[in-house]
Amino acid sequence: MGLLLCLLAAVSLFVGVNRLSPGAVLSDPQALQLLAVSRIPRTAAVLLTGASMAVAGVIMQLLVRNKFVEPGTTGTNEAAMLGLLAVTLLAPSMSLFGKMLAASAAALAGTALFILLARRIPPERPLLIPLSGLVYGGVLTACATFVAIQTDLLQYLGIWMSGEFSGVLAGRYELLWLAGGLAVLSYFAADQFTIAGLGRNVSLNLGLRYGQVLGFGIVTVSLVSALVIVTVGMLPFIGLVVPNLVSRIMGDNLRASLPVVAGTGAGLLLLCDILGRLLRYPYEIPVGTVFGIFGAAVFLYMLLGRRAHG
Amino acid sequence: MADRRILGLSCLLAAAAALFLFWGLRGPVAYILELRLVKLAGLLSVGAAVGVATVLLQTISRNRILTPAFMGFDALFLLLQTGLVAGLGIAGSSQIPALAGFLLDAAVMMGAALVLFTSVLRRTRHDIQLMVLTGVVLGLMFRTITAFLQRLMDPSEFSIVQARMFAQFGSFDREALAMALGLMMLAFWWVWSNHAVLDVAALGRDTARSLGVGHDRLQLKVLCIIAALVSVSTALAGPVAFLGLLVTSLAHSLMRTHRHALLLPAAALISALILVAGQTVFERILMLQSTLAVVIEFCGGLLFMFLLAKGKIR
Repeated sequence: MGLLLCLLAAVSLFVGVNRLSPGAVLSDPQALQLLAVSRIPRTAAVLLTGASMAVAGVIMQLLVRNKFVEPGTTGTNEAAMLGLLAVTLLAPSMSLFGKMLAASAAALAGTALFILLARRIPPERPLLIPLSGLVYGGVLTACATFVAIQTDLLQYLGIWMSGEFSGVLAGRYELLWLAGGLAVLSYFAADQFTIAGLGRNVSLNLGLRYGQVLGFGIVTVSLVSALVIVTVGMLPFIGLVVPNLVSRIMGDNLRASLPVVAGTGAGLLLLCDILGRLLRYPYEIPVGTVFGIFGAAVFLYMLLGRRAHG
Repeated sequence: MADRRILGLSCLLAAAAALFLFWGLRGPVAYILELRLVKLAGLLSVGAAVGVATVLLQTISRNRILTPAFMGFDALFLLLQTGLVAGLGIAGSSQIPALAGFLLDAAVMMGAALVLFTSVLRRTRHDIQLMVLTGVVLGLMFRTITAFLQRLMDPSEFSIVQARMFAQFGSFDREALAMALGLMMLAFWWVWSNHAVLDVAALGRDTARSLGVGHDRLQLKVLCIIAALVSVSTALAGPVAFLGLLVTSLAHSLMRTHRHALLLPAAALISALILVAGQTVFERILMLQSTLAVVIEFCGGLLFMFLLAKGKIR
């Protein structure tokens, strides 16, 4: 899989409107600059986003104990959006870092509220959780839409909402390294997350500080979502599809599967980004759109295919 | 006792309708009255359709938080509107006659809903929750495509789409309204003549079957009725996602019964009352044309969160 990932990354480096051939890099200083300012940052941003969103998804699924949950179906993304909108209106001159902080705080509050709400839902009706989460996200989106209409920001909001990487240049994506770092950090807590996935009572029995692990998980997921939304926009379905695909093959031991989840997330997102760049060459289709359609199709297959023989 | 509540609601609705018709009636009375009558008919039919459709959906899914709008109807409507403006441009899309636009919207939504209901229900062995989730995911997919199309638009095209993103109760096309009314009457007639069967179906699939109700067939029929009602009302006015939720909660807490003979008229009356009274207040007193839909959405959304927090969702 590592090999495949390298191959994709190499392809991504040499796909774009400005022609760039591997041979030119060695001789042409301009080509080298293009590579350093645009292509390498873009590829890195896609890889970091895909990996960290997939990791955030798998953590969320363990904490809520539901396979159909990800930051996009728990209101996390929408809450971050609302925070970003608020800070844009109230303090438009704030730095990117300040905006990120506001979005993270909003995402944190939104996710925590949802986890509180989700506990009220009886566990024998598992499909109700993503359903409620989607409606909850819808309510938050309605608030954001209302504010945006009043302030004529609606089209702007729409552009924010669909994630894409065409604006990524050196100096404009570095926050994503933080998200990547968080994903790596969560690897050290992988065993704790796996146990927490067994439920509150079992984890307490096994001597786990459940509250702490839950808190750490929520903070990680919220921060990753907020970082991704602020830098590239909303990317639904990655956190949902990738962990489900991986856990079909590798099971739920996070220590073993987390690297695979991260790698698959990065690879799939990169593949979709390359597709988005090639389908309407020389224009681009935002990767959010490509992955939105692809991810929805996979999700539906998982939903309906499972029942057909189960 | 219960009949008195229905009677009270009817009186309230009649009063609201009278207020809507005759308040501030000046100038060419006959002309204005005719305009207002058309609008009133539109409000009443959209309200009744949304109320009845939501009660039906909640009955067959045995779930008190669902409304048909969650299942992708709104998203499909928006995609259609966006697609029309994006494909034909401003000039092209404004040349479509209102009636043709209405027919196209209604037909596409109804067709999509029927395909979804029949194909998915068979696959999921009549697991309605799974079907709803499928609808929700499809809705997300539609929204992604809509967002992409809107991104390609220039601001003047976008402003046309933006105007259609929320329900408009200000004007109705007469021919479209007449057709919608006919279809709705048919649907209401079927629902009314089956209200006792619906009571049994609300007990759940196994109980209903052991009591001799052909549950699966009934479910499919009811879903078709829902599809017709929601498609027509959305094509008439636009998306009203949370109105149904608001209405059914109010109807349940007012009637305190599971009998559809009382629930259905109560929901229809409350829904129409909210729309007529709300439109009167917003149009005549506050002089705001288009905010009613947004306010309803917001109240309904808050109510949803409240229901979720109280653990009322089973």
